Amino acid sequence: MAFLVAHFTQIVFYVLALLAVLGGIGVVTFKNPVHSALSLLGTFLMVAGLFVLRHAEFLAAVQVLVYAGGIMVLFLFVIMLVNVKKLQPEAVFLSAQAPMAVLAGVLVGALVAFGLLAGKLAAAGGVPAALQTVDGKVLGNTEAVGWLLYRQYLVPFEVVSVVLLVAMVGAIVFGLKSASLDRGEGRAER
Amino acid sequence: MIGAMHYVFLSLILFVLGLIGVMVRKNFITVLMSLELIFNAANLNLIAFSDRFSSLSGQILAIFIITIAAAEAAIGLGLIIALLRLKDTASLDDANEMRG
Repeated sequence: MAFLVAHFTQIVFYVLALLAVLGGIGVVTFKNPVHSALSLLGTFLMVAGLFVLRHAEFLAAVQVLVYAGGIMVLFLFVIMLVNVKKLQPEAVFLSAQAPMAVLAGVLVGALVAFGLLAGKLAAAGGVPAALQTVDGKVLGNTEAVGWLLYRQYLVPFEVVSVVLLVAMVGAIVFGLKSASLDRGEGRAER
Repeated sequence: MIGAMHYVFLSLILFVLGLIGVMVRKNFITVLMSLELIFNAANLNLIAFSDRFSSLSGQILAIFIITIAAAEAAIGLGLIIALLRLKDTASLDDANEMRG
């Protein structure tokens, strides 16, 4: 029990990290896209837990709301919308390039790991992120992120909202265009 | 003690998994999911170093990445719907010509 209390953060980190990696393996290996999506959902939730461990409570909430709540629903919606049979080609993997792709991925990972182990991280400094202050007042994580987002990063914030708008318009146009192709002469040529 | 290094290595594992998924899978939807895995790996790095260097800018950047990931998912799924209407398949091997 004393061991559990003394090493609480480590134990939580390793459990969450293990589950996140297992979820990632599931995404790549599961045959059925629905299973892949659910295992990706597990990874998202574990990553949200890891955010909490690093004092990013607001981002953990955003991760759960936007990723687990929004993006995953979008994925599952598309999977359910179309016939699952169509989404499941007979061969799950691109057989010819699969071994080479795995080899390339592992090599890239080994290269980066070598670089990380050879280099050295600079020493940490400053006050802990959990204790951000504005005008001498100590703020919670959400409040501090809000101060920074709406003051120092206001312009990027507005730009990214335009990007979202453009993406929304683009997604709608993709849907419309193929619908008009079905009616127009694009279909007759084929 | 769990340091930023632990997070960097976890993020590296998730990134490599996503990379392999993008290269290996045939199904467009699963490729998009692997991309989301890569985005998450990047966010994990940003959060770890935001805590290590006590700067909230990393968390702000992670918020922007989440926004871009949402936009990317919306467009990607729109593409899947268009591909399904046009070719009746979501297999990337069948999406091999430019003319629609």
